[in-house]
Amino acid sequence: MQLITCPHCGPRAQAEFEFDRAVESVLALDATEAEAVARLYRRENPKGWSWELWRHSAGCGVFLKLHRHTVTHEIAEVSLLDAAP
Amino acid sequence: MTGSRTHQGGIIDRNKTISFTFDGKRYQGHPGDTLASALLAQGVVLFGRSFKYHRPRGVMSAGVEEPNALVGVGTGGRYEPNTRATDLFIYEGLVAESQNRWPSLSFDLGAVIGLVGRFVPAGFYYKAFLGKPGLWKFYEYFIRRAAGLGQPPVEPDPDSYEHRAAFCDVLVVGAGPAGLAAALSASALGERVMLVEQDIALGGGLIRDANSMEGLPAQAWITKALSTLTERGVRILNRTTAIGYWDHDLLTLAQKLVEPGQAPEDGQAAQRLWRVRAKKVVLATGALERPLPFAGNDKPGVMLAQAVRTYVNRFGITPGAKAVIATCNDDAYKTAFALADAGCEIVAILDSRSESPSEIVKAAVARFKVRIDAQILEAAGGPGGLTGITAEAGGQKLQLSCDLVAASGGFSPVAHLHMQAGGTLSWDEAKGAFAPNTSRQNQVTVGAASGVDEANTSASGLTPPKAVDTKHSFVDFQNDVTLADIDLAWQEGYRSVEHVKRYTTLGMATDQGKTSNIVGLARLAALEGRPVPQVGLTTFRPPYTPTTLGLLAGHATGKHLAVIRRPPLFDLHTEHNPLWLPSGYWMRPRAYPRNAETLHAAAMREARTVRQGVGWVDVSTLGKFEVAGPDAAAFLERVCATTVAKLAVGRGRYSFMLREDGIVMDDGTVWRIGPERYLLTSSTGGADRMSHHLAYVRQVLAPEMRVAIANVQEHWAGIAVAGPKAKTLLAQLAPDLDIPRHMSVARSQIAGVPVLILAASYSGERAFEIYAAGKDIVPVWQAIATQGTDHGGCAYGLEALEILRIEKGHVVVGGEIDGRTTPHDLGLDRMLNPKATYVGAPALQRPDLQSSTGRLRMVGLESETPIPEGSMLVSSIPGTPQGHVTGAGQRILEDGYVALAFLRDGSERLGEHLVAWSPSRGAKAPVSVVDPVFYDHEGARYRD
Repeated sequence: MQLITCPHCGPRAQAEFEFDRAVESVLALDATEAEAVARLYRRENPKGWSWELWRHSAGCGVFLKLHRHTVTHEIAEVSLLDAAP
Repeated sequence: MTGSRTHQGGIIDRNKTISFTFDGKRYQGHPGDTLASALLAQGVVLFGRSFKYHRPRGVMSAGVEEPNALVGVGTGGRYEPNTRATDLFIYEGLVAESQNRWPSLSFDLGAVIGLVGRFVPAGFYYKAFLGKPGLWKFYEYFIRRAAGLGQPPVEPDPDSYEHRAAFCDVLVVGAGPAGLAAALSASALGERVMLVEQDIALGGGLIRDANSMEGLPAQAWITKALSTLTERGVRILNRTTAIGYWDHDLLTLAQKLVEPGQAPEDGQAAQRLWRVRAKKVVLATGALERPLPFAGNDKPGVMLAQAVRTYVNRFGITPGAKAVIATCNDDAYKTAFALADAGCEIVAILDSRSESPSEIVKAAVARFKVRIDAQILEAAGGPGGLTGITAEAGGQKLQLSCDLVAASGGFSPVAHLHMQAGGTLSWDEAKGAFAPNTSRQNQVTVGAASGVDEANTSASGLTPPKAVDTKHSFVDFQNDVTLADIDLAWQEGYRSVEHVKRYTTLGMATDQGKTSNIVGLARLAALEGRPVPQVGLTTFRPPYTPTTLGLLAGHATGKHLAVIRRPPLFDLHTEHNPLWLPSGYWMRPRAYPRNAETLHAAAMREARTVRQGVGWVDVSTLGKFEVAGPDAAAFLERVCATTVAKLAVGRGRYSFMLREDGIVMDDGTVWRIGPERYLLTSSTGGADRMSHHLAYVRQVLAPEMRVAIANVQEHWAGIAVAGPKAKTLLAQLAPDLDIPRHMSVARSQIAGVPVLILAASYSGERAFEIYAAGKDIVPVWQAIATQGTDHGGCAYGLEALEILRIEKGHVVVGGEIDGRTTPHDLGLDRMLNPKATYVGAPALQRPDLQSSTGRLRMVGLESETPIPEGSMLVSSIPGTPQGHVTGAGQRILEDGYVALAFLRDGSERLGEHLVAWSPSRGAKAPVSVVDPVFYDHEGARYRD
């Protein structure tokens, strides 16, 4: 059970959050078909540091950007979406 | 070996007696005794039979690592198999029994076979039965009967188990001298400290060695430490094992509130699972002694040297009268002194080292017969105990008579939690041990667990004598794996430690190889001529000790397994005794049978009533979202794949939503209930997913939009009134209402309750969804039911709704919308918003989603006979599946059966004749492929 520090709510257990997707697979509404295929099906699946989108679903409901290590589960950064990575 | 109780000593309460049974025979012990110590004290030698060879087994250890003395404990639903007799503190009325023996422990038929038959080597079953399935089927029964340990209980567990969460600054695991010292120093700084100990008593090695600390006798020092910790508010949990170390310093602790098989007091839990989030973790988990490899090292009477000392010093027992000490370190010498002081004869000390300069060895040489360069070759004896050993000392063979062997093959630091936390180990070649190296989490290892070893241990304890009989030298005692099995695996080409583990089952028993893994690894390393670390290690997996599944489940059993959501009309439905159907987490009426009707008969009657008169159904659980703001319409055109912006105030439309990959996610209706205010509905089961999706589009894809979303699923309760008489009924219920046209919104009052009316039809009849606040809905339902019954109407459930919608050709989430279908597959593509502003539009351009050939398309099926739901579509039986049936039902007012199905290129195959075939149900029906709308194709019935 990971511990994620929500910028609004403070450190909370992973059970309150939902993993949404890798940031790389966010698809803009006006994307092309080729971009959709690249982001949805051909993206990297890194063993290591990864930028991810999580949501504090059972808390404030905000979407968060996490810099997280997929092997060790270390979390280097948690930020709101409007903040620069 | 004949164990007996000494006259004094130990931390048992000799003034009190506890009575218990083992294999039906009554025994006595004292408070503080384990089952092992109490039985050893009364001369019991034989505790069970081994897994594969039915070899007699006694007690090897004095702790959780015990591989041999496994018993079944308790009765009925409280029966717990494979419980370690060394980790079970006796209580009044304890019932224990030995395992894997028949007809009795002392005369075991399996053991007779084991004596005359050849040993079954590693991989025997693979080789014997590979490619001969018939042979395996014949022998399986006998093999399964002969092998194995305890049987699981058959009756349900009567006990309850609790879950608790806690937080602390420092969590100390293990209350030996190192753990107590860590807890004392952390609490002195004012930190919030938790101290957990798997044993019933605190002190760890201090109890075993009974040595002094800071000028005080061991027990006095422990008592003083305990009172200091208690004064400082340290939470001390004994009989509590840290079973898992998870991410970000979360540990799970298993606390035994009663012993295995023991009934808790009324209303009390049997065990408690703690989830502790600590800022820092101190692992003081000690080290486990390893056995020595020699033939017959598994026989009753061969014990670990520290365990023997524990029985002498803690329990006041001498496990034998004539002992041989076999060691590769100084620590076992302490056992020689302890045994001798308790009145045992020390036949010899056999030390595999060439020399040791320490004081204790010098003292031993002066008092006992000490042989260096000495190793045991074989132990002789049987179910009744040991008779003697054959050893090799300085190249000479010698025979010694004894009834106890106290063996020490060195020590393995308990690094399980350290490894679970992502730490690394380093190998000490001289001592032959892995010890914690780097840590990933906020955790340190102290004491013996960190590799501190004051016993001058030599790795020679890992090397068996050359002349040893490898077929009878056990490495993994619980799974009956011998040195010969590891040699065989290596000869057959197994190199990876993970493969050797699975081929031989080394370390795969319930003890997870606590005493055996390193011995096995060392053998593999010797065979390969490589250092042990290069051979590698298998993974340390939680739980550290076997954990009952009930503890992990906690209260989530039976009806508490999942939450039950009751819609506001639940109690009202209950009065009519409906058949219930879980829908998502909701409980919804499936049908309201009358006069012992079957489900089908009731649903058909209800559906006919809707087609011919009027019916009403509880639709409260539908997903409902209010979307408001200047950009609400634009926002909804991102979420919905249809147009929304063209809706006039007071109008609504059918819509559906796509996932980003262009697949249909959900469907519902969207209503413009105000100039900048919309109500969006979704399926019941998809409501949570839709809530998340709306938040995603709002926050991530379109953060610039001025729009607010409220999930009003549980605010609005709803009743759909449907049928040719629905309009008349509604006019009676709300006399002032201007009845809304199909797909229009109106507001009114029914039974004095403000209601929102959406004129929409799922059944195919003229229909109205009437919504009111959940707390106010009951009188609305009652008014509808009272007046509706006068029109010959009735309430209907989900089963009738299903029959109605299939006949109308309406799709349902989870049926036709199954996570694989595109708008084209469902025949919804003509409704797509041509501006393509919606989520899923880019991916929907993919040629393979656009292509009209090769995809499964929705069609209707007609037949004279019932069409099996879920069946496959074939040209003839047997045949290649060309599609499948997603929903099937009977025609409501006419004869015949209809179904919705997906058929490859189906929309171009209308008129074909196929067979719907379900081999698993043994059912089939000849079907014709038709358009999927079977009833009122023009939609005339719901328009005025």
